[in-house]
Amino acid sequence: MNNHLPLGTKTFNIVFAGHVDHGKSTLIGRILWDTDSVPKEKKEAAIAYCQKNRIEFEYAFLLDSLLEERTQNITIDVTEVNFFYGQRRFRIIDAPGHLEFLKNMISGATKADAAVLVIDSSVGIGEQTKRHAMLLALLGIKQIVVALNKFDLVHYSPQAYKILHNECTQLLEKLELPCNFVIPLSAKSGENIIERSMHLSWYEGKPLLETLLGLDISASPENSPLRFPIQDVFRFDERRLLAGRIESGKLQCGELITFYPSGKKSKVKAIHHWPPESSPQVVLAGKSTAIQLEEEIFVERGEIIAHENTPPIVATDFFARIFWLGDQPLVLGAPYTFRLATQQGIARVLQIQRVIDAMTLEDLQPVPMEVKKNETAEVIFRTSAPIACDLFENVQTTGRFVFADQNRIAGGGIILKALPSKPVHEIKGRSRISAAQRAKFLGHRSGVFWMTGLSGSGKTTLSNRLEQILFHRGILAYVIDGDELRGGLSKDLGFDAQDRKENIRRAAETAKTLAKSGLVVIVALISPFEEDRKNARSICEKDGILFKEIYVDAPIEICKSRDPKFLYLKASKGEIPKMTGLDSPYEPPSNCDLHLLTAQESIETCLEKLLDFIVPLVRISPDKERELGLLEDPAAEI
Amino acid sequence: MQNLDNLESQSIFIFREARYAFKNLAMLWSMGKDSNVLLWLAKKAFCGHIPFPVIHIDTTYEFPQMLEFRSWAKEYYGFELIVKINQEAIERGISYKTHDPVTVTHELKTVALKQALEEYKWDGLITGIRRDEDGVRAKERYFSPRNQSMEWEYKNQPPEFWNLFLATLPNNGHVRIQPLLDWTELDIWLYIKRENIPIPSLYFSKNGKRYRSLGCWPITHPVPSNASTIDEIIEELYHTKTSERAGRAQDHAEPNAMQKLRAKGFL
Repeated sequence: MNNHLPLGTKTFNIVFAGHVDHGKSTLIGRILWDTDSVPKEKKEAAIAYCQKNRIEFEYAFLLDSLLEERTQNITIDVTEVNFFYGQRRFRIIDAPGHLEFLKNMISGATKADAAVLVIDSSVGIGEQTKRHAMLLALLGIKQIVVALNKFDLVHYSPQAYKILHNECTQLLEKLELPCNFVIPLSAKSGENIIERSMHLSWYEGKPLLETLLGLDISASPENSPLRFPIQDVFRFDERRLLAGRIESGKLQCGELITFYPSGKKSKVKAIHHWPPESSPQVVLAGKSTAIQLEEEIFVERGEIIAHENTPPIVATDFFARIFWLGDQPLVLGAPYTFRLATQQGIARVLQIQRVIDAMTLEDLQPVPMEVKKNETAEVIFRTSAPIACDLFENVQTTGRFVFADQNRIAGGGIILKALPSKPVHEIKGRSRISAAQRAKFLGHRSGVFWMTGLSGSGKTTLSNRLEQILFHRGILAYVIDGDELRGGLSKDLGFDAQDRKENIRRAAETAKTLAKSGLVVIVALISPFEEDRKNARSICEKDGILFKEIYVDAPIEICKSRDPKFLYLKASKGEIPKMTGLDSPYEPPSNCDLHLLTAQESIETCLEKLLDFIVPLVRISPDKERELGLLEDPAAEI
Repeated sequence: MQNLDNLESQSIFIFREARYAFKNLAMLWSMGKDSNVLLWLAKKAFCGHIPFPVIHIDTTYEFPQMLEFRSWAKEYYGFELIVKINQEAIERGISYKTHDPVTVTHELKTVALKQALEEYKWDGLITGIRRDEDGVRAKERYFSPRNQSMEWEYKNQPPEFWNLFLATLPNNGHVRIQPLLDWTELDIWLYIKRENIPIPSLYFSKNGKRYRSLGCWPITHPVPSNASTIDEIIEELYHTKTSERAGRAQDHAEPNAMQKLRAKGFL
């Protein structure tokens, strides 16, 4: 047997990332070629292919084996290749640079011990370079080598190196990553990959492969606390075996172990491997194993076995950094499948605290209500049942999790803090469609515009006209009218204080629901009491619905003289007890958002004021105006 | 041998995840070296048991030594064996004498597997493919969904990371579970040596030739080699500059043959 084979050593995984067209695949192809790691017929096939199609030979063809990739010259999914160099075995993970393939980049990068970030020296740092660097930071990859590719295009200039070196240092520092290796090279001409380059006599560092040899292979987590998530419980014969992998620490026969989150305890009776004679007394981190307990306690998949003196965290509320991959954005309050180690449950995001723009690495302002595909964010989430876990900085395997939507992974993240479980206000999100998505679909935002005022002050007239004008401007509006409500939903209610309060509560809840569906809701209700209107506002605002109070103001005499519904007449005959403005008070709003004086201004003027107030609040952009062409726009005469 | 320990542990982990996730699981087995490593790892994962049926897709072009090995292994390991032949295609006269290798492979392997899936309704299918075998297989996932027509949507694979697998089951489709994805040809041999795993004799040199990869006899060619022990094979592989599947005609019958085969459901 050959002794020069570094076969027994751990494979060193390196992910190659960077902006599309910066030469990643070419660099990998070149490394394989130079280290003589390409089978002969693969070389020949690539050369023959290029000759047949009369194109220049490209090292990238050695990698990009898929049809589409050859024709489009891009990497669709992750490719992994092995090579040996200087007594070390490397696995290169080639991640695609295109934005739409980000999920593939992550699928590859999560396995890496180190990363090579490829930058086209003639172009500089690209958007994807930043995005990839940010993800590497998020995935906990600390060893980053920057390969300044195509350095021939900047004529091997030391000045160019200085500028690029500065830019890279700044980028990585922003992400709290060390920037120890910035290597000028050319994949195409093979400069500074294995051998020092003649053109780079001023460069003081090592060539690329020598740099990779010098990187650390991560220490094995045997000395960390024991974490043994149960994968399954086997009952193949008389024995009951708990199967799983020791993710960190070590486990010994005979010792006392505790299960989290349940808190149950037992002793390890035996460790069972196959063939039976290979069963050990001690199992170390990284090994898949199966154990038998002293006493048969009921535990199932998901529990994490640990030692009592170094327990994991058990909590329901967490502060975490996440990246989102789902086609549908992450919606506040919506239920997602949550997985951490072998635990599975439901998690909801309660707060989005930061969303980071990959272009600038700055926070988006104002903080968005959703996290879109390919964005990174910091959030607070809550799980439906207590979860056993660790902070990512302490134990990686039990400090990271995924969110899934309809059985497909939609995002992943790392736990930064566990929070005391205090009752944060929960957004009872049920819908998987976010407010932003609805607004985009309709072309406008939603909201509740609450019109309060005496009977006859003009609420119904104004709101009906307003509904019509908004509709013709492409804004889907709907009026909730007091009479309509009383004829249906509130049929069972009378007019005493208690029932009036309940009527307003029902109106507010209905308005909120309609607004959540995306509509602009106009409520026309006398709603005489300040307290009830405040209550209506809080019903809407606690669910994130825009609420504006509009005071439709006319003196009682004017209202009486108008008396459109003959209510004042009926009241004067004693048919209506507790008529607002007569024998029941009206409390004018102390702090309304819009005040209309309908006795002094024409309906048209009031409508203009209403439109000037409402439209800017709900319109997304003027180009969303739709010509419905159903009727003449009644606003045209205004 | 830290490297082999890591590979072994990860494969066992995947086996156990698969058994937990799928109600109706089966494992493909071709009697070749990778298949036998797969079998060995299954025994390790389930503490000496193989808790699902083992499927052999029989093309009727198997080497006689392989069929012998099949009967022996069934006794030795004591698993439930299902042998599946696409009888309909053979009756239609599909053969290597009259058809090209891609067509025959498709009919006798892929279509046979399709028939077996329809018959047994497996939702999870364990296979022994490896990333280093082929540029197209390099892009695979551990848990790889296939639709009802067994097609592989390689352009839109679900994300997979941190070993947090979700068994995304397409409608009436199944998921391929691939525990050997990270293993190289060399790893397979080092592991066979370390664990002393039984394999067919065709891999060892006879008269200056040996098989590196095994398939149907009419389209599988031996390579020149004097490696007659596992140590010699390992030494040979370390120096070789030809690829493992060079002797497998269906891979090279036309440009991108493997990709076309795989997109239609071939392993």
